[in-house]
Amino acid sequence: MKLLVIGTLGGFFSGLFGVGGGTVLVPMLIFWLAFGEREATGTSLAAIVLIGAYGTIDQAIYGNVNPGYAALVGIPALAGVVTGAAVQQRIPERAVSLLFAALLVATAAELIF
Amino acid sequence: MEYVAAGALGFLGGMLGGLVGVGGGVLFVPALVIFLDQTQVKAEATSLMAIVFVAALGAYRQYGYGNVRVRDGLVMGGMGVVGVVGGVAIANAVSGRTLELMFAALCLVIAAQLVRRVLKAGRAPARDRAPGRP
Repeated sequence: MKLLVIGTLGGFFSGLFGVGGGTVLVPMLIFWLAFGEREATGTSLAAIVLIGAYGTIDQAIYGNVNPGYAALVGIPALAGVVTGAAVQQRIPERAVSLLFAALLVATAAELIF
Repeated sequence: MEYVAAGALGFLGGMLGGLVGVGGGVLFVPALVIFLDQTQVKAEATSLMAIVFVAALGAYRQYGYGNVRVRDGLVMGGMGVVGVVGGVAIANAVSGRTLELMFAALCLVIAAQLVRRVLKAGRAPARDRAPGRP
């Protein structure tokens, strides 16, 4: 039952913002269903494949999807996932997190102004 | 040049997903808005398509590590359709400017979460935390 609620909320968040929804799914799986962090991440990724697919179809009906641009960011991202996993043990995670936080603040500023 | 910048941000999004557990869409959307002149709602739509492939790769790798509860993932993903339809409808109903501001707020919330996690984690080893959340 809890899984159904989490899936619905994750889907709503994903549809509204065009993001995976891991930000919502992972903490709920950990705190609500006592998943381990790795298990929560892995399981949420599986759910996101389906959620992203629905979202793409639904947005395509509205005529908003640009497959060429999806490939333009998505294909380098696949290389990024592999690279990220490969260098994970070798770079300081705290520094990366802080840099990423700064990048997000800059992005927010760019969108607002 | 814009294409290179958008591709680079895509690469970074995937890499950050592997490194800090968030990334992917939260960078794909601004990459599409800022470098490829997409409206916010179109950027979100296209980001969702890119996410499918990135999440599929991530899920496949995590499955290999034994971190995927397949049945639970399918149940959550199956139910996700209800939420997605609602979220997509709202994204298409509100003005582009409103959606942009909501997304900017999301960026700030995630940034705050990352900073808080860094402060809380202290000196915990990196391998205790999970990779690959787009």
